[in-house]
Amino acid sequence: MEEFALIMRHEDGQKLASPEQMQAWMKQTMDWIGGIAAQNKFVSGTGLPFDEAKVVRFNNVVTNGPFGDIKETIGGLIIVKAESVEEAVEFAKGCPVLQGEGNTIEVRKVAKGN
Amino acid sequence: MKEQELIPHLFRTEYRKITAVLCKRFGIEHIEIAEDIASDTFLLAVETWSFRGLPENPKAWLYSVAKNKAKNLLTHNHIFSEKIVQEIQNSAAENSEFEIDLSEKNITDSQLQMLFALCHPSISGEAQIGLSLRILCGFGIDEIADAFLSNKETINKRLFRAKEKLRQENVKIEFPAETEINLRLETVLTTLYLLFSEGYYSESQDEILRKDLCLEAMRLTFLLIENERTNLPKVNALFSLMCFHSSRFEARKDKNGEIVFYQEQDETLWNQALITQGIFHFHEASQGNEISKYHLEAGIAYWHTKKTDSQEKWENILQLYNILLQINYSPIAALNRTYALAKVKGNVLAIAEAEKLNLNDNHFYLTLLGELYKEIDQNKARTHFQKALLLAKTKTDKLTIQKQIDSL
Repeated sequence: MEEFALIMRHEDGQKLASPEQMQAWMKQTMDWIGGIAAQNKFVSGTGLPFDEAKVVRFNNVVTNGPFGDIKETIGGLIIVKAESVEEAVEFAKGCPVLQGEGNTIEVRKVAKGN
Repeated sequence: MKEQELIPHLFRTEYRKITAVLCKRFGIEHIEIAEDIASDTFLLAVETWSFRGLPENPKAWLYSVAKNKAKNLLTHNHIFSEKIVQEIQNSAAENSEFEIDLSEKNITDSQLQMLFALCHPSISGEAQIGLSLRILCGFGIDEIADAFLSNKETINKRLFRAKEKLRQENVKIEFPAETEINLRLETVLTTLYLLFSEGYYSESQDEILRKDLCLEAMRLTFLLIENERTNLPKVNALFSLMCFHSSRFEARKDKNGEIVFYQEQDETLWNQALITQGIFHFHEASQGNEISKYHLEAGIAYWHTKKTDSQEKWENILQLYNILLQINYSPIAALNRTYALAKVKGNVLAIAEAEKLNLNDNHFYLTLLGELYKEIDQNKARTHFQKALLLAKTKTDKLTIQKQIDSL
């Protein structure tokens, strides 16, 4: 069994959602993660809120971010257990982030320790 | 109370107090001596009381006999007395007289400290439960054997080995240090949770015994709540979980002792006092930031105290299972989540999710699939129930599944 990170990317993190939309989206995300956890394939995960986000640049220049020239942002990531990258991709397909056109999930194998 | 009822009752309540206080005094290495003195005290009580009738104050009688037996042992057993007397001289130099403190406070303290000592990570969960039942709850070996669906010999061996281990590990009967409480409490709570479940889900036919197991688990958990150092949110969460579950005790069995499904229970039999108490401790549990599995399970149990199906109820239960599975996966939680999912999003979607669970050898899984298929495809429902019936081991489970097949 390998571990894979599913990284949720939003095409435009500046788009503001209404509280109702946010709540509905949260529920869907929890149902998605719950479905993976019910298969005992969930390892860990976290949302990455935009509040107080900073970007540290070359020469330690700090800007409020993550937005700037690029609109694309990372909204969160979860780590799952899967037999293969194909299985991890199947998990990713269920992620509600993909309901937004232009959003993506990046599936990356987690490097093994030791 | 009549004499023939009084002695078993006193045995339940006083045996464990005397044992805990003596064991605390002598140290875990002499746990059997403490047990023997407590047993001998009751033996003498039965003999004496049947001739001379009950003493005016049976409790005081028992305590004074136990004290004297402990003192006699010290005088006649030199090896034992040397060790103990030395320890006592170390602890109380000005008063070398051997005293045994059977005050309410010392009894409570000793029981609490014993709880930590017996729920020591060096012995297995089963052994912890067994020892707790024997030493802290005053259960007989045959009762413990019945609760575990085992025999006296196996239980005796298990308890003997566990005591050996506690001796080897030199486990101290003391309150854990402030920095250790959280870690040690984890094991204690697991044991109390298992003790409660043992009573709630036990296959034992002895209904009174099963209820006693649950009540004892609640009593011991309440000991932790009464002490300010252990009156922590997760302890309250566990206690509220126990309250919510036990509120349905009267409703979950019919007159013939057969299980009554949650949906078919007569909710007027649900114990409202326990539900109220559960809600109180659930509020206590919500202080602080920690969300333990007990918080989540108590939350789920809370929603089950509302009989009426509603979108809100099942939506909340589903979300709680979503989180519970992330921090503590278990097949049964996965199946219960799927049931909640069906309630919120319908059976078709739930079946698709269920088929990913990889629990094909689990008869609860097959029973759930049968149930989900009931309204969609009766043949498939029957096939799943029949497979489940082949895998079910206990009488109750077989009966439950057979009922489902008959209802198709």
